[in-house]
Amino acid sequence: MSDITRAEVAIIACAELFRGDGEILVSPMGAIPSLGARLARLTFEPDLLLSDGEACLIADGRTEGWLPFRKVLDTVVPHGKRHVVMGANQIDRHGNQNISAIGDHARPKKQLLGMRGGPGNTVNHRTSYWVPRHSRRVFVDEVDIVSGVGFARARQAGVAGFHDLHRVVTNLGVLDLRPGGIRLLSVHPGVSVDEVVANTTFELDLADVTETRLPTSEELHLIRVVLDPKSLRDKEV
Amino acid sequence: MMDKRMTVDEVVSQLWDGMTLGIGGWGSRRKPMALVRAILRSPLRELTVVSYGGPDVGLLASAGKIRRLVFGFVTLDSIPFDPWFNRVREAGEIEVTEYDEGVFGTGLSAAAQRLPFLPTRAGLGSDVLRLNPHLRTVRSPYGDEELLAVPALKLDASLVHLNRADARGNAQYLGVDPYFDELFALAADRCYVSVEKIVDEFDGPVQTLLLNRASVHGVVETPHGAHFTTAAPDYGRDEPFQRHYVTSAKDPDLWPGFVDRFLSGDEASYQAAVAEFA
Repeated sequence: MSDITRAEVAIIACAELFRGDGEILVSPMGAIPSLGARLARLTFEPDLLLSDGEACLIADGRTEGWLPFRKVLDTVVPHGKRHVVMGANQIDRHGNQNISAIGDHARPKKQLLGMRGGPGNTVNHRTSYWVPRHSRRVFVDEVDIVSGVGFARARQAGVAGFHDLHRVVTNLGVLDLRPGGIRLLSVHPGVSVDEVVANTTFELDLADVTETRLPTSEELHLIRVVLDPKSLRDKEV
Repeated sequence: MMDKRMTVDEVVSQLWDGMTLGIGGWGSRRKPMALVRAILRSPLRELTVVSYGGPDVGLLASAGKIRRLVFGFVTLDSIPFDPWFNRVREAGEIEVTEYDEGVFGTGLSAAAQRLPFLPTRAGLGSDVLRLNPHLRTVRSPYGDEELLAVPALKLDASLVHLNRADARGNAQYLGVDPYFDELFALAADRCYVSVEKIVDEFDGPVQTLLLNRASVHGVVETPHGAHFTTAAPDYGRDEPFQRHYVTSAKDPDLWPGFVDRFLSGDEASYQAAVAEFA
């Protein structure tokens, strides 16, 4: 299966984020994480709850729940039975994430989306990140503005109790977010460890790097035929 | 029997310079755009705008109407960034109070419940506190936890767009998400509702009647009044028009043409120009 694309490997890496999550709400932002979540539910995590991106929970083409934005913010986020995969314009060596703005907040060089739910997500439930272009502009020593809360800040603010940073999936590999130092967990097939190191400003723990697994033939069929026949995955990676 | 029907311009005539104005909807969804366009035509200025921001923020920024923005995000949903919002931010032209989107909702809830603050865990550890030095924390009286005390986000007036209303101001949403419009109505001293259609009798389940008339001060029938944002199920987002807005807003040479064509006249001429564009 030499024709497997990088996007398909990234979908597998995203699906693996949810292994063991069971009956919780997964909120994937972006095409690749969404395909990963749907693949996980069709295969090894059949109990995941998935939103349609609007106000409904959808399973097997039928509506199984109502979840408007206000209910998400008032109850789902603080209740904590949720795993969100957010984007990240910057991530630093402390696990802080920025989607607010680049540069000085009063007059940013580049205005981004804003804080969105980053501060609330990271102190209430499991949070992972998806970075479609792994580069030194994204993986920086210190983020300009902290939206998603990293390990040291969570501890200092006394909110480490529900703080549960998980992983970062990128187009090159998978990073494990840990308080003692960020670890390179796997590189995608065809990517070298050196390439990831060269595209990250801070030091990574390289003690035990594996290769991201390939999709099985069943998974490949599900991705190509069932979940993404229009190949939206190739627009993101 | 009270009849609260008015025109978009009558609503705007009840607003004033320097006020704090809440705008309902979410991103590029069910925004009271006809009311926003009426503000663009008015001399109103120095507004503090409180919004889950979409093109309402971009358009008001384009006309220099915003002094301060209270926000958790500004996005056009299918297009990530609003060019006008990014331009005024990157030029340092507006002041901002940036909250997490949940902290923002907590502030509205506190105002709606007539409380001085409500506690939340969201915001702690993030730069929401560094960037907003007025924020305070509070220790739980039932344990050791230190929480963010979100101050009530009290509004002078709110503008929201729903699908149906009656002449007395009872108002109904027919889409899948009420967003935060009920909180915008209750957090404000006055709430003005624009709707697709004013009706005598409501169809649909009673729980779709989101606002009752006691919290509504004016109601405007303005068909297609959320254009180019969604007002599902009456219509979805006008994606070609939104792309045209973004293209025009990105290019200082194109923008005057967009204003001439779409924003220089009244709401009827806007809708006529949109029909011609389609």
